Amino acid sequence: MTTENTMLAVDNLNVHYGDFKALHNISLKISSGSVVSIIGSNGAGKSTLLNTIMGINKPSDGTIAFFSKKIGGMPTNQVVAEGISMSPEGSRVFEKMTVEENLLMGAYLKQARQRKDERLEKVYGLFPVLKEKREQHASFLSGGQRQMLAIARGIMTGPKLLLCDEISLGLAPVVIKDIYQKIKEINREGVTIVLVEQDVKRSLKHSDYSYVMLKGKIVMEGKSSELPEDEVRDAYFGVNKYAKY
Amino acid sequence: MEIIQSVLNGILLGGLYSGDLVIVSTFLCMIIAAQVTGSLLLALVITICFMAVIGFLLQNFLINKVLDKGDEPPLLVTFGVSIFLSNVLLLLFGADARSIQSPITSSNVISSNLVSVSAVYLLNFVVAVLVIGALHYVMKYTYFGRSIRATSNDVTAAELMGVNTKRIYSYTMCLAMASAAIAGLLVGMTFVFYPSTGTQYLIIAFGVVVIGGMGSLLGTLVGGVILGLAQLLGAYFFGAGYQLLAGYIVLLIILTIKPEGLLSTAARK
Repeated sequence: MTTENTMLAVDNLNVHYGDFKALHNISLKISSGSVVSIIGSNGAGKSTLLNTIMGINKPSDGTIAFFSKKIGGMPTNQVVAEGISMSPEGSRVFEKMTVEENLLMGAYLKQARQRKDERLEKVYGLFPVLKEKREQHASFLSGGQRQMLAIARGIMTGPKLLLCDEISLGLAPVVIKDIYQKIKEINREGVTIVLVEQDVKRSLKHSDYSYVMLKGKIVMEGKSSELPEDEVRDAYFGVNKYAKY
Repeated sequence: MEIIQSVLNGILLGGLYSGDLVIVSTFLCMIIAAQVTGSLLLALVITICFMAVIGFLLQNFLINKVLDKGDEPPLLVTFGVSIFLSNVLLLLFGADARSIQSPITSSNVISSNLVSVSAVYLLNFVVAVLVIGALHYVMKYTYFGRSIRATSNDVTAAELMGVNTKRIYSYTMCLAMASAAIAGLLVGMTFVFYPSTGTQYLIIAFGVVVIGGMGSLLGTLVGGVILGLAQLLGAYFFGAGYQLLAGYIVLLIILTIKPEGLLSTAARK
């Protein structure tokens, strides 16, 4: 991974919730155009890491740099303006608004408004079901459709980097397959993707590079195709040689 | 009377202490018209601008500061402002009952043996419908309005769309204060008022929102008309003493059979 290709660099990041230390010296690099997965069990700190990148959580120390601009501790709306977008855990669509209004919220920022029509067309092409349901309230959507809406809404902001927090949680395998197919298409159009997942096999299959998190630390990393699945599993559960963490 | 209630929708938006801010606007309109402009319409324009600025400052420098500290602190700050304002008014103007006079206040549009419609009540109704219509348009069709709804739906998700939610709170307060200023002038032209009248409207506003349903502008209009009619009919059949009681009985009935309100958006599933 060469430095000039690095889009996002997290360096020695520590995050606390009150007295509880949620992230310990996290360092990682995301290179432009790649799909990177962050694997870990419940409570390993994956969501905390994404939320800290987005400015929802504040770092205690350490730096986050996006195209070498320091964004650690920046307010969320400014991070979005810099070109990072997130599909949050549990989709968090605006249930009291229609599907199209949800998408238009993604075009809220000035630079996104100008390209609203073009992007709307693009996401409707990517997720035709959203076009069918555009006048309906988001509360009527199924779990999979909500997830699609959350991703589509994220794309409407025109991100260079899209963070996907547990986009397969609670969905049927056929829906998951469909959503991952779309993620691949989005990546092909030049958007860098970070996938946060609990499913080891799926994460390794769909990404170029993987980090494994355990108890707030990164315990393993490498090219997804080269990481042995057994060892990733050990790291995931914190057993055998990973029991020391 | 029923018509008056609907005007109060302006008050509802501003949240809890708007009752007092409405009365502040009433006094402002009265003073500006009497001392400066001589025209009520011009006084209203000035009051709207003034109240919008006050609303922004209040939200930006006072309420936003305590927003992260839980549910109670903003409420306490709000009550504090409310008590402060009504006492400032009391200090400046005394406890005398006042009213705003204009040619409209004493004339009737329709006057026959059967019905009579007073001009000021008609004006109230028309303004209420216009304000609700304008607010509906803003909420539904502008980026600003949608960002208000998104923020009230899910603050974090709104931030993730690039919305500066604290800024939105402040601008929303501007909008609420502008409506409160309009309501203020109408209240002053329709009823007598004194510095402590605000609370009275606050209670009516609660009733209107509960009946109509939280978060629905049309519900506000419907709730206003229902509450007003109930009060009017109660007074007609049982005597003036039962006016308020009749309103609250209807409120209780609605609370029993449809606690989320008639047209609530929160209940839609």
